[in-house]
Amino acid sequence: MEKIEIKNFNLWYTDFHALKNINMKVKEKQITAMIGPSGCGKSTLLRALNRINDTIEGVRTEGEINIGGKNIYADGIDVDSLRRNVGMVFQRPNPFPISVYNNVAFGLQVNRIESKKSVIDQTVRESLEAVLLWDDIKDKLKKSALELSLEQQQRLCIARVIAVKPQVILLDEPCSTLDPVANQRIEELMMQLKEKYTIVIVTHNMHQAARISDETAFMLLGDLIEFDKTDKIFTNPSQKQTDDYVSGRFG
Amino acid sequence: MIKLNPKLSQKLSYVLLFCATCLVIVPVTVIIFIIVKNGASAITWEFLTSMPKDGMRGGGILPAILGTLSIVVCAISIALPIGVCAAIYLNEYAKDNLLTRIIKLAIVNLAGVPSVVYGLFGLGIFVMLLKLGVSIIAGALTLAIMELPVIITTARGALNSVPYSFREVSLSLGVSRWQTIQYIVLPNALPGILTGAILSIARISGETAPILFTAAAFYVPHLPRSVFDQVMALPYHLYIISTQIPGMPKNIIYGTALVLLMLVLSMSLVAIIARLYFRKHRKW
Ligand SMILES: Nc1ncnc2c1ncn2[C@@H]1O[C@H](COP(=O)(O)OP(=O)(O)OP(=O)(O)O)[C@@H](O)[C@H]1O
Ligand SMILES: [Mg+2]
Repeated sequence: MEKIEIKNFNLWYTDFHALKNINMKVKEKQITAMIGPSGCGKSTLLRALNRINDTIEGVRTEGEINIGGKNIYADGIDVDSLRRNVGMVFQRPNPFPISVYNNVAFGLQVNRIESKKSVIDQTVRESLEAVLLWDDIKDKLKKSALELSLEQQQRLCIARVIAVKPQVILLDEPCSTLDPVANQRIEELMMQLKEKYTIVIVTHNMHQAARISDETAFMLLGDLIEFDKTDKIFTNPSQKQTDDYVSGRFG
Repeated sequence: MIKLNPKLSQKLSYVLLFCATCLVIVPVTVIIFIIVKNGASAITWEFLTSMPKDGMRGGGILPAILGTLSIVVCAISIALPIGVCAAIYLNEYAKDNLLTRIIKLAIVNLAGVPSVVYGLFGLGIFVMLLKLGVSIIAGALTLAIMELPVIITTARGALNSVPYSFREVSLSLGVSRWQTIQYIVLPNALPGILTGAILSIARISGETAPILFTAAAFYVPHLPRSVFDQVMALPYHLYIISTQIPGMPKNIIYGTALVLLMLVLSMSLVAIIARLYFRKHRKW
């Protein structure tokens, strides 16, 4: 089943054409990786999926992105509810400088999705359990989130997204500030999460893409060069540029 | 050109910079010293809590203290909300277009207008045109307008210091822009906004020219009763007793100056302490 369908999608930063006619279909409850050299537009494409690019002045788009069958760039789309449905985890762990509990509950409370304390408590617990953090920090819920280790902070950020019950989770190089052990544990977490969520991850680390993703997109200078099963991309790509990149023969 | 050896020129420039710094401290210390030396003897409980007597030559300065406090409190309660709203608009919503640039230019220029011009403006608009008369409210409005650019600028600084990533995360959780400002940006900017406000209060407490024509009276035989009252105010009172009244005891003049100085300095001190406190408890 396709969850996301990107159709003839273009994006400009003022005059700079950052995404050129992208076409791609992301399958439901799979991990889709995006790789490519720095500046090729991976983050831009990822950020187009929850329209967080809209907050940057001068951004202009053309084309469609359908998520769950609805064009998210159509007129009259409720961007806030789109963003609840398509959550995002950023490169640097960025919890708010408030308690662990309030971080996870933030989306629910502020959006007034839920006001019953018992339901919020329950959601906080489930979200923290989903990222395998509950047992470690169930006694520290009132502590500032900034006291956690970097890995725990990144897990917390994922829990914060999960708490608003998205269907899609976007991750932009979520492991790049973590050490190798933490990195591996986050990868394991993602393998678990894909049973419930559609996951799109941008990564600089090709081994990571090869290890965890089902399908991989290779981008270059704003173009989507190749998009296929991860095995195929890494063993037998059909484009020469992809081959050069995955075999490390590329700048 | 004489070529000094690098070590010597290094020493020389150090001495020069150090002397320049000392020169800044000297006047402050001298002013405080002279005022305390000549005025301390006048400061009694009675001086702070009673009405003037004998054509101001005796008694206390309570009406001037209360007058200044009421003008300043009114002024800041007008300027702070408006200034913060404007800062939020400029920092969080305004697109970089011609209108925005004109507004920013206006703010910069407003900050450069001499205070006596604000006084005349207040006289023309609030006292005469709006018929508020010479009153606390007319003075407060004048001071509020004068202080707006400073408040907007410090509030913008405080908003700017909240990391952009906080906003992005909040928006990405489906929280609307306004709620993001309400729940994330403002709470984190509040310390900076408040310290700016306290410094503004300190600054306008000592202003004379803007209230000269709009609020201040030579002598009022009662304490301020409503915002439409004319009031005595410390800086203006100080001016009067030092220039207009023959045979004024010197220690009363300096005592009044000391009270004004303490008022301003203590507020700056509060701002400094608040800033240190918040910096220590700053969480990012
Ligand atoms: N806010 C912006 N304004 C203008 N140009 C931008 C902006 N953000 C990104 N770009 C440009 O768009 C292109 C794609 O950027 P993007 O951040 O999507 O690349 P990326 O593939 O994620 O790179 P990296 O691996 O370094 O994160 C780059 O050339 C970048 O300079
Ligand atoms: Mg990127």
